[in-house]
Amino acid sequence: MYLVVEQLLNGLQFGLLLFLLAAGLTLVFGIMDFVNLAHGSLYMMGAYFAATFVAWTGSFVLGALLALGATLLLGIALEYVALRHLYGRDHLDQVLATFGLILFFNDAVRLIWGPAGLALPLPAWLTVPVQIIPGVYYPAYRLMIIVVALAVAAMLYLVVMRTRVGMLIRAGASNREMIGALGINIKLLFTLVFGLGAALAGLAGLMQAPILTVQIGMGENILILAFVIIVIGGIGSIRGAFMAALFVGIIDTMGRAFLPDLLRKVLSGAAASTAAPALSSMLIYLLMAIILVLRPEGLFPAAKR
Amino acid sequence: MKKAFWLAGAMALALAQPATAADSVKIGFVSTFSGPTAVIGNDMRNSFELALDHLGRKIDGKPVEVIYEDDQQKPDVGKQKTEKLVQSDKVDFIVGYIWSNVLLASLKTAVDSKTFLISANAGPSQLAGELCSPYVFSTSWQNDQTPAAMGLYMNQKGVKSVFLIGPNYAAGKDMLAGVKSTFKGEVVGEEYTVWPSQLDFSAELTKARNSTAESIFVFYPGAAGVQFLNQYAQAGIKAQIPLYTAFTVDELSLPLQKDNAIGIPGAQEWVNDLPNAENKKFVEDYHKKYPGLRPTYYGAQAYDAAQLINSAVVAVKGDLTKKDAMKAEMEKANFKSLRGPFKYGNNHIPIQNFYLQDVVKDADGQLSLKTVATIVKDDQDKFHDKCSMK
Repeated sequence: MYLVVEQLLNGLQFGLLLFLLAAGLTLVFGIMDFVNLAHGSLYMMGAYFAATFVAWTGSFVLGALLALGATLLLGIALEYVALRHLYGRDHLDQVLATFGLILFFNDAVRLIWGPAGLALPLPAWLTVPVQIIPGVYYPAYRLMIIVVALAVAAMLYLVVMRTRVGMLIRAGASNREMIGALGINIKLLFTLVFGLGAALAGLAGLMQAPILTVQIGMGENILILAFVIIVIGGIGSIRGAFMAALFVGIIDTMGRAFLPDLLRKVLSGAAASTAAPALSSMLIYLLMAIILVLRPEGLFPAAKR
Repeated sequence: MKKAFWLAGAMALALAQPATAADSVKIGFVSTFSGPTAVIGNDMRNSFELALDHLGRKIDGKPVEVIYEDDQQKPDVGKQKTEKLVQSDKVDFIVGYIWSNVLLASLKTAVDSKTFLISANAGPSQLAGELCSPYVFSTSWQNDQTPAAMGLYMNQKGVKSVFLIGPNYAAGKDMLAGVKSTFKGEVVGEEYTVWPSQLDFSAELTKARNSTAESIFVFYPGAAGVQFLNQYAQAGIKAQIPLYTAFTVDELSLPLQKDNAIGIPGAQEWVNDLPNAENKKFVEDYHKKYPGLRPTYYGAQAYDAAQLINSAVVAVKGDLTKKDAMKAEMEKANFKSLRGPFKYGNNHIPIQNFYLQDVVKDADGQLSLKTVATIVKDDQDKFHDKCSMK
């Protein structure tokens, strides 16, 4: 029983982290109709900034905040310098250009920080396990990720649903041409949205950094999952991204946790041990395929164009 | 049309280039030079280059040409690069291979062309057994050997039960099988993770903690080892269940693992402080040539590979067509390995010692590895009976 609770928490934590990454991606894709493969690079930059700033300031929290600001600025600069010129082009051009940006960022990181990767050690108060209910201990840092990500999700919800900027963002997701025609400064809105997306990716990267290592190309594998999530959730929908991220996080973790034992009941030990990781990594793609068949627009599609 | 013209021109030019005369020794080097594990490939290249420096950049008086190829840690790419080295570069030796799955994919190409292949790291069980070949040598080990030594050490410590975690690919399976072959206690659980994409081990760690195991054994080379130790320490399991490792803590991962690695034992056939003269010279000159970097067992194995090649070429006086004579010479292991005692079994896998290594703070306050004890002497892999070469 405790095992299930702990594994659910693991899934929740992974899902929320994916949500931070997917939220930015879905905003940019949904509102600006822009495919940004370099989103994973912003995630990586968030982690590198955090490792650098934490080492400079000696404080984890201060360093993380600085890194967040730096990724936001980097996102805005990137949009202003490069991506702005690609909005009118078709998706293939965008894929090509942002793929180029991945290579650019990877090599920039190699030049600045070297090929070996960095470590981002946690302060002592975050490395202790916390007793959440009697008998269940959970790492404090993973708990913090859950709390921060939930807070960010709530804030995002409030901003998108309750503020004027949020209204514009939603309007942009529904009909871009129309809000331009109504005299809204769509360029500024796009820059803002892109900056916000970058900051969210940066936040995901810097929170993931102490668990993983800070290394070149760390954003590439996880970006695939983020795309799966926005497809499942419905492109442009924050709520969809949130729900889909939780689904994916929990299904992936539960699959890894329990599938091997289930398979061992049917197959021989060795075959089960080998097949289980392969099968569990397929689960989320199966989920995506099923949802694409049943609801091609995703679970929570943004309002129709 | 214009494109076709240029293409034809380029091809004509390529054909017109004189075939390289046999007055140089051509070595292909396949390893990982991009992505997160590029640090390993770089270390192997650094050590190989250092070995060539020590040989005076010449083998039996002939200049040496090394062609480095990046396998991107992918079996299909490794195979392609091996094919390129064999078929278009026509190299005399192929060295390298960090990853067992990459080596297994590339093996047939080299063996079919009768090109000598020297694995400087990967040691899949198949290579030692049914796939052994006269043209394939190893300067590392068979995968099972190192974890088997760890299993022996765990018996010495009186460990009663273990939870095994490793990556789901050729080497991961060999490694866990290796511990099981010698460990006398109970194996409570055995988990494989998706390799190399899975970086979060929370589900596996949770299972290990909730099991009755009194120890955990893992095999996670490269950056995955850093991630595993981070998560193991952060989850507070380090204070509860001791960890035993193979190829998880090394000089490349240590600067990133930092204090998380303290108190985590590992087994290894080479440690930087092994007391023989050749090793002292290697470590010293490595520091001189590559300031700020530290040599690893990957590099030491690559260094030995260069020495092995040298011994073979010298023995046939530079006549690289005498493959049988070269093979016979290499089987003698007629060179001074950095790890000390080294001889070949019938399957061309070294018979060697395995040491217990521990993490200590060195004179500059930096973490480094230190030999604590010899776990097993003159260990031979357990697959050599399955090899058809006697």
